[in-house]
Amino acid sequence: MAEKQLMYGNHALVEGAIYAGCRFFAGYPITPQNEVPEYMSIRMNEVGGVFLQTESELAAINMLFGAAAAGARAMTSSSSPGISLMQEGLSYIAGADVPVLVVNVVRGGPGLGNIAPAQSDYFQSVKSGGHGDYHTIVLAPNSAQELFEFPKLAFELAEKYRNPALILADGLLGQMMEPVEIKGEPVDPKNLPEQDWWLTGCKGRERRVIRSYDLRPGKLEEWNWRRWEKYQKIINNEQRYEEIQIDDADIIIVAYGTSARVSEAGLRLAREKGIKAGLLRPITLWPFPSSIISELSRKIENFLVVEMSLGQMIEDVKLAVEGRSKIHFIGHPGGGLPNAQEVYNKIIEIRGKR
Amino acid sequence: MKLLFGRPKGLTEIKQRYCPGCGHGIVHRIIGELLEEMGIRERAIGIAPVGCSVFADEYFNCDMIQVPHGRAPAVATGIKRVRPECIVFSYQGDGDLAAIGTAETIHAAARNENITVIFINNAIYGMTGGQLAPTTLPGMRSTTSVKGRDVVKQGYPIKVCELLNALDGPCYLERVAVDTPKNIIKTKKAIKNAFQYQIENKGFSLVEVLSMCPTGWGVTPVQAKKWIGEVMAKYYPLGEFRNKAKETK
Repeated sequence: MAEKQLMYGNHALVEGAIYAGCRFFAGYPITPQNEVPEYMSIRMNEVGGVFLQTESELAAINMLFGAAAAGARAMTSSSSPGISLMQEGLSYIAGADVPVLVVNVVRGGPGLGNIAPAQSDYFQSVKSGGHGDYHTIVLAPNSAQELFEFPKLAFELAEKYRNPALILADGLLGQMMEPVEIKGEPVDPKNLPEQDWWLTGCKGRERRVIRSYDLRPGKLEEWNWRRWEKYQKIINNEQRYEEIQIDDADIIIVAYGTSARVSEAGLRLAREKGIKAGLLRPITLWPFPSSIISELSRKIENFLVVEMSLGQMIEDVKLAVEGRSKIHFIGHPGGGLPNAQEVYNKIIEIRGKR
Repeated sequence: MKLLFGRPKGLTEIKQRYCPGCGHGIVHRIIGELLEEMGIRERAIGIAPVGCSVFADEYFNCDMIQVPHGRAPAVATGIKRVRPECIVFSYQGDGDLAAIGTAETIHAAARNENITVIFINNAIYGMTGGQLAPTTLPGMRSTTSVKGRDVVKQGYPIKVCELLNALDGPCYLERVAVDTPKNIIKTKKAIKNAFQYQIENKGFSLVEVLSMCPTGWGVTPVQAKKWIGEVMAKYYPLGEFRNKAKETK
C-alpha cells in the first residue's frame, strides 16, 4: 500500500516537486506562499538541489529560463503581484519553447489587493498573461493530494510540448492539512534523457541557440503558426476534468480549485433534497475542458459557474456552451469565499425560474 | 599554404551587421579568439541581450541564448548553477546592464555568482536610434537630450565599475577601451582574466569596455575613436578596480 502522510498543501507541493525531479527553485518572498520557499530551501539543501532567493520575481523567472535551458526541471512559486512581474519572462520562455513550472498561489487583487485566497488571475493565466500570442498549460489542484501530484504532471506536459506550465492554487489550499498518498516512483533528474535543445556546451555537436525572436520577413509568422499547431495538439489531447454526479444531473456547477471544494458541499446539500445537481471541475484551465462542457450543453439547460472573481472562467464556459444553455454565476472577488449554503440557494433559485 | 590570419573558431561564418566603426566587432573578435585559444568554446554558453548585440547569438560559435532586456545575469545564474562545468558569459550594452538590468547586475555581483559579464559601454542606445543612456556623459547629445545631457533634469551617468566596487561580492572588475591597438590588447587580456577566474571558480567578473558608436554619436569612426581617449576615458577612467583573484594568490 502506498504511504499516506498528513501534510500542509504548501508542503505537499514542495514534496511533489522534489518527487518530480525538480532540483532548481528560485523565488522572491510574497504572502500567502512563503511556506513554499521556506520549506523548499530546506529540502533542496537535503537533496543537493539549487535554492535561490532572488532580488525580484523578474530575476526568479529569468533564472528559471536559464536553468531550464540548461536542462533542469526548474520551478518558481509566487503570488499574484509577483506573477505579474514574471509575465515578461514567461512571454520569452513561451516564445523560446522552454518548459518551466510556475506556481501562482493566487491572492486578492488588483494591485496590492489583499492576501486572501482568490481566483482572479484566471485571465492572466489562460489567455497569455504577457505580450504576444502564446499559452501556458494551466493546472488547478483542489487538494493537498493534487498539490503533491501536479508538479510531476506539469513537468511532464511542459516537457512533452516544450511549453511553460502553471499551477494555479490559492492560500486556502496551501494552508489546508490533508492526508497525501505518496504515489508513483520518484524521478531521478539524472535519468532524464538529454534533449536536443538543451544548452550543455557544444562539444562534439553543432552549437545550439535558444531565442524567441526572428526578424526575417514572414518567419515569425511561420514560427507562430507552428506553435499554434502545438497548441491544437494540447487542446485535443490534454483537457482534464473531474465529473461529480454528472450522469443524472439536470443542473451542472462548473468550478475549479477551492470553489470546486465549496461547490461540492453545496451539491451534497442539493442532493440531500433530491435535487439532481452535478459538478464539472476543470483540472486543466488551459486547455479548458470545452469538449465535455459543449457536449453537456446539448442536454443541460442550466450551468452554474462559481468563481472567486468577478467572473473570468465564465467566459470560457459561455464559449463552450455556444448559447445552448443558460449560464448562472456566483462570484466573490477581492479575496471573498463562496459557501455551500450560497451554492445550494442559487441552485434552488435557478430551479424556481424554470 | 600557411594561414596567417583568419576567422577564429569562436566566431560563426555569419556576416556581422554592425555599423562601420562600431566597437562590437572588435570585442566579438576578442571573445571569439579567447573561446578558441583558452579551449573553452565547447563548454561555453553565451547570453545575448536586447540591443545592438542581440545578434550575438548568431555570431559566437558556441551554445547561445537570447534573453529579456537586462536579465542576462539572472539567466546566467540559472545556467551556471545547473551546469557549473560550463563557462557562462553574458554580453550586454549599457542600456541593458546599467538601466533596465541594474538590479540583476548588482545582485549577481553581490552573490559573487561565478559568471563573466562583458559590458559594452558606448554611452548611447544604439539599436533604438541614439537615445540617452544611463552612461551618456553630461552635456553629451542624444535623440532624447538634443541640447546635451542636462544633469539637473536628467541626472548623472552611472559608473558601473565604481558602483560594483562598493560591493564585497565581485571577484574582478576592470574597465578597458577598444579605441587604440594598445587598448585592444589590454581588453583581450582583461577578458582573458575574466574567463580564467571563472574557470578557477573565483566568482563574478565584469569587464567594462568603452566602445565606439559613430552612428549613435553622429561622428566619423575616426572621430569616435579620438573621443573615447579625449573625453570618455576621462569620465570613465580605465583600469583594474577589483581583483580578488590576484589578492588571494
